[in-house]
Amino acid sequence: MIEAHALTKFFDTFLAVDRVTLEVPAGTVLALLGPNGAGKTTTVRMLTSILAPTSGWARVAGYNVVNEPEQVRAHVGVLTEQHGLYERMKAIEYLDFFGRVYRLDANERRRRALSLMERFGLTFALNKRLGEYSKGMKQKLALVRAMLHNPPVLLLDEPTSAMDPQSAKLVRDAILELQRDERTFLITTHNLTEAQLLANTIAIIRSGRIIACGSFEALSREIVGEPVMELRAAATLNGFARDIGDLVRVEAAGPDWVRYRVADPVTTNPALLRRAAALGVEVVTLAPVSQTLEDIYLQVVKEDEAQEAVNGNHS
Amino acid sequence: MATTAEPRYAAFGASGAGGLAQAWRTLSNALIITRREVRDSFRDWRIIAPIVILTFLFPALAQFVAGQFVDFVAGYGAELIGERTIPFLLMIVGFFPISISLVIALETFVGEKERRSLEPLLSTPLTNTELYIGKTLAAMIPPLLASFGGMAVYLAGLVYGDLAWRPQPMLVLQIILLTAVQALVMVTGAVVVSSQTTSTRAANLLASFIIIPMTLLIQGESAIMFLAPDADAPGGIGALWAIIVGMVVVVILLLRVGNSIFNREELLGRTIDELNLRGMVRRIWRCLLAVDEAGTPARGLAEWYRRGVLASVRRLGLAVWITVGVFLVALVAGYAVGQQPQWRLPLIVSGSLTNTTTDLNQFVNISTRVGGFRFILWQNARVLTAATLLALFTFGSAALVLTPVVWVVLGYLFSQVTLAGINPAFLFVGTLTHGVVEIPVIILATAAALRLGAVVTRLPRGMTVGQAWTAALADTLRIGIGLVLPGLILAAAIEAYLTPRLVALTLGLG
Repeated sequence: MIEAHALTKFFDTFLAVDRVTLEVPAGTVLALLGPNGAGKTTTVRMLTSILAPTSGWARVAGYNVVNEPEQVRAHVGVLTEQHGLYERMKAIEYLDFFGRVYRLDANERRRRALSLMERFGLTFALNKRLGEYSKGMKQKLALVRAMLHNPPVLLLDEPTSAMDPQSAKLVRDAILELQRDERTFLITTHNLTEAQLLANTIAIIRSGRIIACGSFEALSREIVGEPVMELRAAATLNGFARDIGDLVRVEAAGPDWVRYRVADPVTTNPALLRRAAALGVEVVTLAPVSQTLEDIYLQVVKEDEAQEAVNGNHS
Repeated sequence: MATTAEPRYAAFGASGAGGLAQAWRTLSNALIITRREVRDSFRDWRIIAPIVILTFLFPALAQFVAGQFVDFVAGYGAELIGERTIPFLLMIVGFFPISISLVIALETFVGEKERRSLEPLLSTPLTNTELYIGKTLAAMIPPLLASFGGMAVYLAGLVYGDLAWRPQPMLVLQIILLTAVQALVMVTGAVVVSSQTTSTRAANLLASFIIIPMTLLIQGESAIMFLAPDADAPGGIGALWAIIVGMVVVVILLLRVGNSIFNREELLGRTIDELNLRGMVRRIWRCLLAVDEAGTPARGLAEWYRRGVLASVRRLGLAVWITVGVFLVALVAGYAVGQQPQWRLPLIVSGSLTNTTTDLNQFVNISTRVGGFRFILWQNARVLTAATLLALFTFGSAALVLTPVVWVVLGYLFSQVTLAGINPAFLFVGTLTHGVVEIPVIILATAAALRLGAVVTRLPRGMTVGQAWTAALADTLRIGIGLVLPGLILAAAIEAYLTPRLVALTLGLG
């Protein structure tokens, strides 16, 4: 549903996006992560046919972003970084205006507006001027606007950034529901937990380049390495870390705990437990140490920075 | 990951919809924007209050002033001034409300950009043209309604009031047309200003480039309305028709500029108003030395001429042909004017070419004693420089006004000489000896100036205003430094040292 190949954007001599290649199949969510100024917004703007790529190509919902800009924009719902609502309008007028722009007929406009407003808990504010909306309400209304014409592709820039936890969950649920309905999402966010929860694919962009791309599991394995397990015992572990050195790679150890990396937990952990029992170690818990997207993100960015420094020194 | 080549798609809009249907669709989509913007404007008391005042209160005040003034000047036997004040005030009543269109236009374009509400709109399937037309109409409709409303109130009061004024219908039509084109000029100018700024503050400062010329124009129109000998003619005032036509041309040029720069890339690509003179000079210098579009610098003078300068000349394209055409028209026009009895010079057919030049010198300075080399070079260089500088502010048109003047004079002289039955050989010798070099050089310089000024009216595909303008400036400089300046030096040398001798020989003075 979203395909981009070697998408590049220069602003005069500044390289904002450098040969970005992405593929987001229908019914999946891609989270585009990266530091500020990494090129996320420029990428989204190119995918919305707002900015023309300097080179490379992209297709969104089957349409070419350069040759068929109006078709692309007709099939995409966009939540922009700044919501940019018309503060003097009432919500119902605002949605009616965008419905007209998307060529929905009067009944459809009203039906879609009311249903989405209800879904996001905004029915009570239908006739309120947008200037009176709170930040979170504005964010939700901007999302309603993006979804108004029922687009097959949604490009959402920080979809829950200004929302309270309850509203954020509402939005996440809506995204998951639409995803099941074969909608395609590209989300840019700094909320890594949210990205981990929603995304099938995670792409990390830095200095305009995609420096990592894949599922959370694949990235986790690739970037952070083998899973880490932690064993906690009822009493002090005397030399247990040394005793299991032939089975696993011990990362750290404390008086009553040991943390280790294991390539194949399914076969290794039972063997390790058997050895613990044989050594008289009373195991209280054995659990994986959760690797978060934050670990992956920080590791990827750190490696890229180091690589950049090396390249910089060499040149 | 997709790595295959991108398949070709049919261009958008090639769906078989007829031109009329497409135009209707464009207008209908544009009107969605217009309706919203107009409704928004009418919710803003800062816009409503002046509109109401200028529609109802100001015309009433103008009526009162007109009545008082007519009575006052009649007391001194100057009824004519009183009569001409009435249409003048009609024009002022119409102009004040449309000055608001400038404020609304700046607000709807740059204000929206500042409030960041433009991007959601740019993310919709509306085309650039639909957005442009929609916003332009939105900026024009409320002030024009106020303007026409105010004029109607003013006229009604005068026609049905004590003065019982019976206006010349054509003059009223002229004032209505002037009001409409002035509003269009201000709004289309505001679009251009808005697209080049990121804040209403900067836009308001730049708007003085619109409001000052408009104010001067209004003053000129006022003077014409009082002084024109045809002020009471049933066909209206000729000079006002000329202004209307001129303004329509300006509107067309501004619409072209606006339509070419009102695009998503230009509107969102520009994020800060930064004046980086050093960067600008560096960029122009890089372009100047480049031999291709990638900016590869020339490896030597020969390559710079072969690849850089010649490529710049080729890029002039149509501008060269337009320049040649205008020069020919100017020559023919000069000749045609000279054929009119009232413009003929009383040259005496004396049989002596020396006497003829003396006769001509009584009317036109074409002395065979040509000035020194430095004077000639300075004269030609400053005319071409002035034409280039003025072309920047006039979309290139000034280049086609200043330089052809000499062709009008030449055509005129040729006609006078031939009418007097004198052999024009000395004129040919006096112009073509150095003209062999000078004429092509002037054509190139004029064409380059034309292109430099006009480039913003039709941006090359994929280029921003800045990029297109920088590239055109680099082309102009390349042609100027590489061809025009050496050509002018050579032509001046010939004109100073060779042409006078040849002319003298032709005149039998050698």
